[in-house]
Amino acid sequence: MKIHDSVLEVQETEQKSFSFNEHDVLHELKHFLPAQAPLKDFIHHNTLHAFQNLKFEKATHNASEIFGYKVSLPLNEFRSLYDNGKIRKDILEKIITERKGEANVVEWLERLTTKPYNTMGNPRIGLLRLNWKKVYHVDLDLSIQPILFRILCSYLDQGISMWNFPVQDKGFLSSIKELERNSFTSFFKTERVKNLLLHGDYDISSLLKIIVGDESLYKQYLFDQQFAHQGWAGMVATVEDQPQTLLDTKKISLKDLIIFELLLEIDLLDDKFGKIWAPLATRIESKPVDIFAEVAETELSEVMAIWQNAYEWTYYNQVLAGIKIAPANKNTYTIKSFQAAFCIDDRECSIRRYLEKLDTACETFGTPGFFGVEFYFKPEHGKFYTKLCPAPVTPKYLIKELGTKAKKETDVLFTKHTHSLVRGWFVSQTIGFWSAFKLMISIFRPKESPTMVSSFEHMDPVSTLTIENKSITDIENSLQIGFTIEEMANRVEGQLRSIALIKDFTPLIYLIGHGASSVNNTYYAGYDCGACSGRPGSVNSRVMSFMANHTKVREVLAARGLVVPEETQFLGGLHDTTRDEIAFYDEKNLSAKNLEIHKKNQAIFAKALDLNSKERSRRFESISTKQTPEKIHSKIKTRSVSLFEPRPEYNHATNTLCIIGRRALTKSLFLDRRAFMNSYDYSTDLDGKLLFGIMKPIGPVCGGINLEYFFSRVDNQKLGAGTKLPHNVMGLFGVANGTDGDLRPGLPSQMIEIHDPLRLLVIVEHFPEVVLQTIQKLPEMYEWFVNEWVHLVAMNPETKEFYLIKDGAFSLYQPLAENIDKVTDTEVIETSQENLPVYTLN
Amino acid sequence: MSSLLHLFVLLPLVGFIISLLIPKKQESLISWIVFGVVGLHFIGSLIFFTIWLLNGHPTLNLPDIALYRTDNYVFLVDFYFDKISAVYLFVGGFLTFLVTIYSRRYLHREEGYKRFFNAMLLFYFGYNITIFAGNFETLFIGWEILGICSFLLIAFYRDRYLPVKNAYKVFSVYRIGDVGLILAMWASHHLWHENITFSKLNDQSLVHEHLSSHSMIGVFISFAILIAAAAKSAQLPFSSWLPRAMEGPTPSSAIFYGSLSVHVGVFLLLRTFPFWENQISVRILIVVLGLLTSAVATLTARVQSTIKSQIAYSSVAQIGLIFVEVSIGFEKLALFHFAGNAFLRTYQLLVSPSSVSYLIREQFYNFIPRKQTIENSFPRKIRNTFYMLSVKEWNLDSFMNRILWTPLNEAGKMLDFLTTKRLLIFFIPAYIIGVVVLDAHITLPYELHEYVPTIFALVGLISVLKAFSERKNVLMSWMMIIMNHFWLVLAISFNENFTHNQVYLYLSGVVFAGTVGYLCIRRLKLLEDAYDLNQFYGHAYEHPKIAFVFLLSCLGLTGFPITPTFIGEDVIFTHIHEDQAGLAFFTSLSFIISGIALIRIFSRVFLGPHIKTNHETAYRSS
Repeated sequence: MKIHDSVLEVQETEQKSFSFNEHDVLHELKHFLPAQAPLKDFIHHNTLHAFQNLKFEKATHNASEIFGYKVSLPLNEFRSLYDNGKIRKDILEKIITERKGEANVVEWLERLTTKPYNTMGNPRIGLLRLNWKKVYHVDLDLSIQPILFRILCSYLDQGISMWNFPVQDKGFLSSIKELERNSFTSFFKTERVKNLLLHGDYDISSLLKIIVGDESLYKQYLFDQQFAHQGWAGMVATVEDQPQTLLDTKKISLKDLIIFELLLEIDLLDDKFGKIWAPLATRIESKPVDIFAEVAETELSEVMAIWQNAYEWTYYNQVLAGIKIAPANKNTYTIKSFQAAFCIDDRECSIRRYLEKLDTACETFGTPGFFGVEFYFKPEHGKFYTKLCPAPVTPKYLIKELGTKAKKETDVLFTKHTHSLVRGWFVSQTIGFWSAFKLMISIFRPKESPTMVSSFEHMDPVSTLTIENKSITDIENSLQIGFTIEEMANRVEGQLRSIALIKDFTPLIYLIGHGASSVNNTYYAGYDCGACSGRPGSVNSRVMSFMANHTKVREVLAARGLVVPEETQFLGGLHDTTRDEIAFYDEKNLSAKNLEIHKKNQAIFAKALDLNSKERSRRFESISTKQTPEKIHSKIKTRSVSLFEPRPEYNHATNTLCIIGRRALTKSLFLDRRAFMNSYDYSTDLDGKLLFGIMKPIGPVCGGINLEYFFSRVDNQKLGAGTKLPHNVMGLFGVANGTDGDLRPGLPSQMIEIHDPLRLLVIVEHFPEVVLQTIQKLPEMYEWFVNEWVHLVAMNPETKEFYLIKDGAFSLYQPLAENIDKVTDTEVIETSQENLPVYTLN
Repeated sequence: MSSLLHLFVLLPLVGFIISLLIPKKQESLISWIVFGVVGLHFIGSLIFFTIWLLNGHPTLNLPDIALYRTDNYVFLVDFYFDKISAVYLFVGGFLTFLVTIYSRRYLHREEGYKRFFNAMLLFYFGYNITIFAGNFETLFIGWEILGICSFLLIAFYRDRYLPVKNAYKVFSVYRIGDVGLILAMWASHHLWHENITFSKLNDQSLVHEHLSSHSMIGVFISFAILIAAAAKSAQLPFSSWLPRAMEGPTPSSAIFYGSLSVHVGVFLLLRTFPFWENQISVRILIVVLGLLTSAVATLTARVQSTIKSQIAYSSVAQIGLIFVEVSIGFEKLALFHFAGNAFLRTYQLLVSPSSVSYLIREQFYNFIPRKQTIENSFPRKIRNTFYMLSVKEWNLDSFMNRILWTPLNEAGKMLDFLTTKRLLIFFIPAYIIGVVVLDAHITLPYELHEYVPTIFALVGLISVLKAFSERKNVLMSWMMIIMNHFWLVLAISFNENFTHNQVYLYLSGVVFAGTVGYLCIRRLKLLEDAYDLNQFYGHAYEHPKIAFVFLLSCLGLTGFPITPTFIGEDVIFTHIHEDQAGLAFFTSLSFIISGIALIRIFSRVFLGPHIKTNHETAYRSS
């Protein structure tokens, strides 16, 4: 028996290349399709996640040959960057030497800078189905896609249509079947297909047999077909796997979609050619190249890879040289005024710098903005839960909001009555005129309105939260309501230790989450805190502060050797990164003494926010950075409520770095809001135990953000969403151009236009051996670094030498000499709109 | 006071010309010019409006300007102002002003910033001509400008497939409407024996006198007007173009397809109301059409799951009601309804991206699973049928395909046997014979002479059909369209002797535009080795200047009011006798198809995803 089995297995693997395994193909297809969730759960991720098992250069080259994506800046842009000194010659030569040997530098330099190349892309995807047009003179996509998208969108719709899909409970295809069975009309034109559907006489292979005919081409056909509308296919696949991303859940599968599309195709062909037509495979002269056949390296791909690296290292080198020369112990007071922890988000870099500048005795930290507490949140009167922790985590806890006062405002012009006939008749003659007035106001005097998304509305500040668990039987939908003392203590301890805040506590410690406000912005979820699943971090900061202030928690902590002085109080807050405002929560619980300190600090925060908005304004054409901070700040606020402003803020558009270490490393550097910063002190964690927890999300979160910006920037048409100005909202879960188009995953051009496509450089302040051990603990974590989707440098804290990981081993990296100027941040920001180099601060 | 009206028309034109001359990098200069022009226009119109009201809102009719005059023909540009113009002026001025301010910031850094504002000013120019027009000829100038601006704004993202495809589609539907207007002009010329002005239409006894003896012509004119109005205002059976027009930046969709452009059909009905007021059958027809459109559009709007198509169909439904109001004679109500609907839809479209967060928040707090709607009370089979039909837009889109594209393609396919060589062998000698016969005043037998014009017009039609269905040779397609004009002139010349001046007037534009276009095609051939008419090539990406000049020559050749051919077309039509329905039919069909064929050539060669993939190119499905 055993022998027999293995013989069969061998035969199977031999046959695998031309036999069709539906399950495997669907699985693989899903893997390659865009994985972006519906808009409300927009979370950044690596656009080319399907290629992550390969090294970055190989992966991107493959992706470009197979799917036709552009995967780096165009060749001529690299060349002009080089000509303008934005890519350093010595660094370029260094990279050529490393890759090609010293002898070939001249030759490769010539190839890179002057040799003409044919940069036309000829992707493999779509070649098979192209034969419909070439041989059969029929345009399947043109006729089928519009109605297919319409039906899909109507089925998945979350609340645009007034009359919902009449049958839903049974899944997509069954619902279609039900409609077809009980109707005087049909989505199909011919009888054969309708009968096929109604009598259940189909599966993917049997339909492909009719259309394609040759089993060895089935897989390729399905890839061609689904990648002709990868936006919709990806959305269906995502909703199939994560139905909870739609509030009004829908049962659908990629398989349903494929079967329905195949039926529509047969229908169209039957309609055009009658019942008898030869399947595609019989009419093509030669089979197109297999889309997943090995992709050959080319001279051009090598040229592009060298450019990409030279471009990256021109910047990285500055950063490393800057860290090396920066004075280590700038302004480290033993007696500190206050401490404040912010999210690691790159947008919080500058506000921390300004706080430290305005109050040199304060200390700031960076930590993922969910503050180590994972839970679902149920706002009062809400019908659903909202997850407030990183997306891969599934919390077991529920926190409810009670005793809210704020009223939800509504906009009468959004009501569906405007779309019905008779009420529409009244409406257009009454509030129709009101809309003219509103339009005028919103253009001349933009102000807050119910149409906007405000980070501060996520939670009512006067509400109470069910943070402390009353009894472990207090359970709702199998979620425990609140945390027990023990559970709270664990989280507080974990949080404090990970950022090494274990001594020298100041009386007042701020925990500031962040969120964003905007209007007319379908990407609003992408502007909020990624560590809170694309929501503002207000609840988390409030919850963590409550826990850390709890006397019983303090007792448990003290027993574990972490003594927080009694007078120390934690205060939660929320930084709105668009409006540059901070709200503080539960100030009423502060002691009289701390309240006084807090009042003093609030003035500092206000000043820092003004300066921060000034620094941000240098990117905005419409605001002159030369004005006073206060004036700029008020303009920045107006911007966030302006209907006609497609760039309320630039979000992560400048991210390039991730620094894990003590603040002292970067405190005297001007990094231009380009760094994620996670506070960490190696000396409190010599074996790298805490480091593991910190490093684990760096790839998926920071790397994911970075690569989504990267790919949306280098191919905004195919990997990004294009310009957002013509976008149309589809079923509340996606956007498309116009009404007939495919969904557009990725980022719009307005979000990425100022982004330089550089991979993330992660700098960890620890001994290289410890870092290596840490990242090797998890294969999926290790993959990010060893396959170079992010660069990793370990900085030996004692020698201050840098070690770069390459092919799984660290080796010494000596930064080339740099001229790093000394500047004052408030002055240098007025000099340019472009990305600024690294400076040291006065 | 009334001479100010000219200023309102000229101001946007001057602004348009200035804005064309500014280099495209000068974003803020462009936006200031547009802001200045539109702002000045709006404030000026408010002042004018006030004075006009204080003077007891008189109806103003400006002295005519004769653009062209012969013994028996005159082309008059005539302006007229009454309360209908006043409302359209106010709503148009207000919305254009607001949307201009909106777009100045919204389109910042957008490729095509300049193009957008050029098109916007040109649109505004066309809009003003239309609403101030005092006769059909003037109105037609504005009407044509609106049509081409629509094409340019829908195809604003010209490097993607869908915008270009849809712009082409909408242009074709508009073209049908244009012909309605041309035929109305033709017939009314025969009815009145003059260029009838709208102010004269108010003369009840005059209208009555003419119509009583020619009631069929009266019905024909009204019907032609209704077709023009229905096409422009997306009424049945044309409705499906409106959601497809939402391809440009949101503010342009808001102002054009949400408010102004789509209500121009209503304007035409209001303007011509005195003419068909006493034709009960026409009024009933309009009521039925309006109600039917409202019903179908409402049902379709109810199932729309995208925000812009929902607004589009809701708007169409309201416009259907406005048609009814106009027809019943509730003019003031219709004007009021127009203004309210225009404001409402503009606002809704402008805030449409906010609907995601707003409606999801609604859903979060107020969600009712499996919400029952009125339709759930229908019998299941009826409910399903209605739902499916509404999702399929009541087959309106496929219906348009069936009546417009399929016949054209089929007819074109039948002409496949006509190769370039065969065509030249037949056409050139035939044409020479025709000219010789005409020139030598050879008298043909009466029976033959009667049919000659129609036969020549048919040959002209065949040549545009060939131009339309040609898949390979761009040059040949171009030549066929030029030839069509020559055939038409020949046909009409047989009809009656008219002066060479009129022939020159007509053909001068054709020859000039034809030559320029020819040179563009030759130039492009030198620069690019590959292009034909079988797919989109997107050469505007690398050759925007050639594209621009070629577009102008296409417009010249379609009879757009930039060459004398525009007037020539009107002249030609006046020489078609009222009993020559066949000739009128073939000639107008040639006009429709040649316009469509020209825009097709332009789109295929210059628009759509660029054939070269050495830069970022969009998916075909986007």
